[in-house]
Amino acid sequence: MTATATTSLQAPRRKRRLSAGWALLWLNVLSTFVFLYAPIVVMSIFSFNASRQMQVWMGFTLDWYARMVHDERVRVAAENSLVIALVSTLVSTVIGTLTAMALERTRFRVKRLYEGAMYLPIIVPEIVMAIALLVFFNLSFSWLDRLFGLQLNFGLGTITIAHIAFSFPFVAVVVRARLADFDRTLEQAAQDLGANDWQTFRYVTLPLLMPGIIAGALLAFTLSIDDFVITFFNAGVGSTTLPLEIYGRVRRGITPDVNALSTVMLLASIVLVLGSLAFQRRRAT
Amino acid sequence: MAIVERIRPSERSRSWRERLGDAIRQHEGLRALLLAGPGGLWLLLFFLLPTAIVFAYSFARRGPYGTVSWAFTLENYVRFFDWLYIRVFLVSVWLALLTTVICLLIGYPFAFVIARSPRRWRNALLVLVLIPFWTNFLVRTYAIMLLLRSDGLINNALQWLGLIDRPLTMLFTPFAVVLGLVYGYLPFMILPIYASIEKFDFTLVEAAQDLGADTWQVFWRVLLPLTLPGVLAGSILVFIPSVGAFVTPDLLGGGKVVMIANLINQQFLTVRHWPFGSAVSFVLMAIVLAATMLYFRIGETRRI
Repeated sequence: MTATATTSLQAPRRKRRLSAGWALLWLNVLSTFVFLYAPIVVMSIFSFNASRQMQVWMGFTLDWYARMVHDERVRVAAENSLVIALVSTLVSTVIGTLTAMALERTRFRVKRLYEGAMYLPIIVPEIVMAIALLVFFNLSFSWLDRLFGLQLNFGLGTITIAHIAFSFPFVAVVVRARLADFDRTLEQAAQDLGANDWQTFRYVTLPLLMPGIIAGALLAFTLSIDDFVITFFNAGVGSTTLPLEIYGRVRRGITPDVNALSTVMLLASIVLVLGSLAFQRRRAT
Repeated sequence: MAIVERIRPSERSRSWRERLGDAIRQHEGLRALLLAGPGGLWLLLFFLLPTAIVFAYSFARRGPYGTVSWAFTLENYVRFFDWLYIRVFLVSVWLALLTTVICLLIGYPFAFVIARSPRRWRNALLVLVLIPFWTNFLVRTYAIMLLLRSDGLINNALQWLGLIDRPLTMLFTPFAVVLGLVYGYLPFMILPIYASIEKFDFTLVEAAQDLGADTWQVFWRVLLPLTLPGVLAGSILVFIPSVGAFVTPDLLGGGKVVMIANLINQQFLTVRHWPFGSAVSFVLMAIVLAATMLYFRIGETRRI
């Protein structure tokens, strides 16, 4: 009785004080959202600005988009980005899934070492990995030339190899999480019902792992298409990707065509994220 | 499992594929090799070996025309203790710490509100945080450049309001760099803290209040200690990419704010002093590994 009496006495007072606090908390949320969205919204708006001078609004135009569509360099960069991302995603999804299986399903002598090394590309700063690969490719190309007369150069190949190297550990982490809460009795049930190893894997293990594998693949794709630092140090002539193209233009001087290109990339990533979320939700139900 | 293997007919005529299958089934070592092999090989060839070469280079000398000549020397590491480079080191660590603290101050209350909002709002709010985050990093950095320029929107607005008569220099300052880093890595702080607060049992708050604790005491003595794992994880996730940041200081610092990654870039691509650049890379690696170890050490001593 007394307990309920005190709470009913305290409740209104506490509520009033909390609501002042909550107002401040919501103010923080609101201003953070403004902070997060203002730059990209302003950038998108000014991609429709008729003026070359970007600070003043001179009327609506689609000129910058038209110019971008006909820009040969943008087309080549977009193609390069896509080719690299697709190959890198494919290879790193396969390698990453195998690695996850190895870590979760087998025991071997150097496993702890293997596991530790696997996390290194995730922790090590991008710039360090970038120059390490630069040095490595440089050295191995000069050796291949000296020993076999093999002339190799920086280009799409080096970028793709580098992207796989930093993507597949992420895939392994994601798939492994899915494997960790995997009900192994389902596999045993399949085998009891006469399925062989391949059938068990194909019709039981793989479908159950699929959400993890798809999530890993999406992560690998985003990592590849977004990467600047490692690509920058391992690119060659003619292997410019979209981030490299934007960087080059920003360094040369800011013009509205960069806004148009950036806005398209912004929209593409929003569609990709919302699409994958919708896909995952549909699978979940 | 074992029974299935035993009743499998062995007298059947066995093709090489079946024999391979049996070998894989029976020898765990072979299975491990096939599964772990591709990843291990890729890691060895395209990560560990390259890193080892950089490590070796950091003890080498610079040859003529920017080549590397093999000779064991510590001069690259000694050279780092020049005030010029120590300053770069200090600036990087300081800006990264500042970024981490600002992200924490914004991110903790932010995550708290999301975690306490109605369940059906939470996912929408999280997606709203993630949308700018999934946008290309370069695009986001460029968007900030547009706002901060002397003829950018912020300066124009301030001048129009009559608050300033000359444009403020915001771009190419430490302020711009920290702003860019916070903009880039804030979600890394929000997400782990959100995960901690969401798991937090809020009946503990009522218990503390019933025992006479005021709001601050509840926060400092109950909520914060129990959500510290999220705070620590968020801090390390923000600090590590910040201290090694390259694009942000390059574009928003414009050569006026030099961080470690810019020094490495300069040594490799401009000055072509690869051994010194390699040594600086290893200093950066040491900072990152030290931060990671500190994180695990704190986590261990607190038993959380």
